[in-house]
Amino acid sequence: MKNRTREEELKKELQFHLDQYAEDLAARGVAPVEARRRAAIEFGGRAQTEEACRDVRPLRWVEDLWRDAAFALRLLRARPGFSFVALLTLAIGIGATTVMFTVIDGVLLKPLPFPQPGRLLAVHGRSPGWNTAAFGDQNVAHYDFLDLQQSVHAADVMGWVWNADTISAPGEAEHVTVAEASANFFSVLGLPLYRGRTFTAREDAPGGTPVAILGYSQWQQRFAANADAIGAAVTVGGKRYTVVGIAPRGFRMDSQEPDVYIPMGQDMLPFMQGRRAHPVTTIARLHPGATAAQAREELAAIGRRLAAQYPGTNRDRTFFAEALRPDVGDVESALWLLLGAVTLVLMIACANVAGLLLARAVARDRELAMRVALGAGRGRLVRQCLTESAVLGLAGGALGVILARVGLHPFVAQWPDSLPRAEDVTLDWRVLLFVLAVSLATSALFGLAPAWRVRALALEQSLRAGGRTLAAASRRAHAVFVGGEIALAMVLLVAAGMLGRAMLRLSALDPGVDVRNCLVARVALSPATLASPERTRAVWDDVLERARRIPGVESAALVDTVPMRNGNNQIGYWTSKPLPPEEKRPLALATSVTPDYLRTVGMHLLEGRFFDGRDRMGSEPVVVIDDVLARQAFGGDDAIGKHLFIDMGDDLARVIGVVGHVRHWGLAADDSAKVRAQLYYPFAQVPDPLVPRWSELMSIVVKTRVPALAIAQPLRRAIRGIAGDQVLYEVRTMDQLARDTLDRQRFLLIVFAVFAALALLLACIGVYGVLAYLTGLRVPEFGLRMAMGATARDVMRLVLRQSLGMIAAGAAAGAAVSLATAQALVKLVEGVRPMDPVTFVCTVAVLALAALAASYVPARRAARVDPMRALRED
Amino acid sequence: MELPQGTLDLLILKIVALGPVHGYAIGQRLQQVSREVVQAPQGSLYPALHRLENRGLLAAEWKATDTGREAKFYKLTRKGRAHLDRETASWRQLTEAVGLILKLNEGGAE
Repeated sequence: MKNRTREEELKKELQFHLDQYAEDLAARGVAPVEARRRAAIEFGGRAQTEEACRDVRPLRWVEDLWRDAAFALRLLRARPGFSFVALLTLAIGIGATTVMFTVIDGVLLKPLPFPQPGRLLAVHGRSPGWNTAAFGDQNVAHYDFLDLQQSVHAADVMGWVWNADTISAPGEAEHVTVAEASANFFSVLGLPLYRGRTFTAREDAPGGTPVAILGYSQWQQRFAANADAIGAAVTVGGKRYTVVGIAPRGFRMDSQEPDVYIPMGQDMLPFMQGRRAHPVTTIARLHPGATAAQAREELAAIGRRLAAQYPGTNRDRTFFAEALRPDVGDVESALWLLLGAVTLVLMIACANVAGLLLARAVARDRELAMRVALGAGRGRLVRQCLTESAVLGLAGGALGVILARVGLHPFVAQWPDSLPRAEDVTLDWRVLLFVLAVSLATSALFGLAPAWRVRALALEQSLRAGGRTLAAASRRAHAVFVGGEIALAMVLLVAAGMLGRAMLRLSALDPGVDVRNCLVARVALSPATLASPERTRAVWDDVLERARRIPGVESAALVDTVPMRNGNNQIGYWTSKPLPPEEKRPLALATSVTPDYLRTVGMHLLEGRFFDGRDRMGSEPVVVIDDVLARQAFGGDDAIGKHLFIDMGDDLARVIGVVGHVRHWGLAADDSAKVRAQLYYPFAQVPDPLVPRWSELMSIVVKTRVPALAIAQPLRRAIRGIAGDQVLYEVRTMDQLARDTLDRQRFLLIVFAVFAALALLLACIGVYGVLAYLTGLRVPEFGLRMAMGATARDVMRLVLRQSLGMIAAGAAAGAAVSLATAQALVKLVEGVRPMDPVTFVCTVAVLALAALAASYVPARRAARVDPMRALRED
Repeated sequence: MELPQGTLDLLILKIVALGPVHGYAIGQRLQQVSREVVQAPQGSLYPALHRLENRGLLAAEWKATDTGREAKFYKLTRKGRAHLDRETASWRQLTEAVGLILKLNEGGAE
């Protein structure tokens, strides 16, 4: 409104000047008509003067921005075809990027969901021999922890120990995760309990009243979210606890929600009573005003004091604190890999839109030249161009957010083995800010080419030549965009192709066991049983016997470390006495099993025999080895009858059989694993003192005649035991385990395949758009050629040749980049082999065919040009 | 004659200081008073007027002229008056200094 009056006033003021001048001239005797003419001539460029007056207005640029934005929107509406393709392209590119960023933000970038997370420190022990790469950060010994808690004044120190146990009352027995936590666990994190109270200092000490805090989800399931749970009794690991509190809703530690919390100070197990084992994860919150440096100094001083006081355990041990960071495992490389892939898609989208815009810009030369003639500066036109791109970019970004919102959850759900911190992955203002930045950055990218063109526009020439000018520079620019798209699409196609090949190869590998109809589950025996080794062995026999009697079960066996599942037992072996020192012995994966294991998992017996009833406690110690160990330990010699020392008793064990290698580390990872040699020993010969510990680790394996999962429920019921507190957990089929080892590869393959398909689609749209535009411009030329005797085929060949040139250039560039990408892929994803010629040739063929198909329509249209009409048109 | 940078603003302020006046008259007066030496083409006159108005040195008002036509009259604001005084003083200082230097005897140093 105000703007309009200002514009009117400007016009009126200048008109007044003109009229006044004409009047003056007339007063001096010039004829009125002539006076007007002269006034108009002397006044000169009125439009320029108006523009110059507008230029001195404050906030001129805001005004222009609005005007340009409104104009850009009108343009978008006026050309729905162009707008649809451009917006869809951008929405796909930005949407995919947004999904990846949202995941990376939630998993890697966001601070921990606690109040003032910057004040939290992770406290670690340090000793010279500790291998952080293999075992992670060193935790703290329980007694050391108590000293730290008492002596650090700059911070509150809390700790906990992860544990797992059977909760057997009230309700059905179940294996659950238990956090043994210090009394100040929640107060240090800064989280109030959902209900009830935390442990008191008295309770968090030896002999304290057994009290427990329930995890929110456990409370929901076991007590149906009933407030009466506070004060109720729960039985965990055979011991009764009184519930005093409910943990905060949604609380997780390292992406896991503990089911039950019990006071760490009450744990009287040997490994908690001393300074040798260091199981306590320790976190500190700085007091107001204190600094991390102060805390570190205090920790170092305490470390020195303890080293002097307890040289036996603490001589080389120091303590250290660093900022607390979420533990997200090894997802980082996959995330960055995917972000790289998604960036390629976005770049293709950019090139695509840039090509479309450039084509349109060429058609708009006359409009732009006119504007310059009317007083718009070059800078002003460049700004207009960029505003138009920004409008397009932001609109694309808005659509991208919608796509991201739809796609985010399916994507996270697809993540192999569940994404760590998935609960923190949300589309929030941080993401919106990111989208805004990306939209503007992409608009700058795809808007620069047309804007640059405007700058360099040879104006008069354009005005004279009309809409048909097509500078060679512009044609080159188009070729660069199409070539670039093809190159980027090729990188993604090669990656997808390599992953696909890897998947095919890995899926066809023999895991060394028969994965069909095979059920595996961990078993938690009744806590009462574990006290006596004899009883424990008897209960195991009973469990196996009951499992065998279930209809549909062919055989059942026990095993401690299941192939392709987490967990392994690496021990040093030697073939004779005297033994070299422990660290000099070569390593093998040791697995303790019951005699039916061979039959149950369908391993291949190559030589000798497997265990049977003769291999008992007291009889000669025996082992079965795999062909890898046979080669490694005995070379080409016959292994049967040879002896191995395996630190399981004092005697050497006799090798009684050789079995085929089992891919313990997974289908993909086994080839590159450090320790591959395997040996098996009978569970029956495990020495009595070790039986309770082994029994905590044992799993039951069942071979079935029916689909394996159908046996899960009957098995659960069959082994429940007299007290009803023996439970199955981590129930899987062997087939699942084998497939899960390829989860990462499969997931990456799917994502890359989707990205590659998108890239291919976008590149084809780009090729089609640019070619349609270019041929459209050459219609008169084609008309002329045909009038001179060229056939429709000749014209078509002409167009296809032009397209093929761009495709070939793009493919060549893409091939070069693909080689680098391929190397990165081999390094980052297990089981991927360097690019083979077949994959490469297939990729190029797919790409070339798709691009040529996209060129076909414009080419045919060119071939159908009616020479007479085309010539008349110009 | 080309005016040094910024001088046009000063001259406009001076003309307007004499009383409310419209753009056309400002141009005419500049020409007359300077005996046709100073030419202010409207291509620079009007942007300058608008700039001064935007800076608050001039205020504008639509009024009828003697001949009864509506015209935009400019007058000096208080801020414009202060600016004019300051600029006039510094202009005098500058011309004086330049004059002194130009009066030097060539070859007659010492």
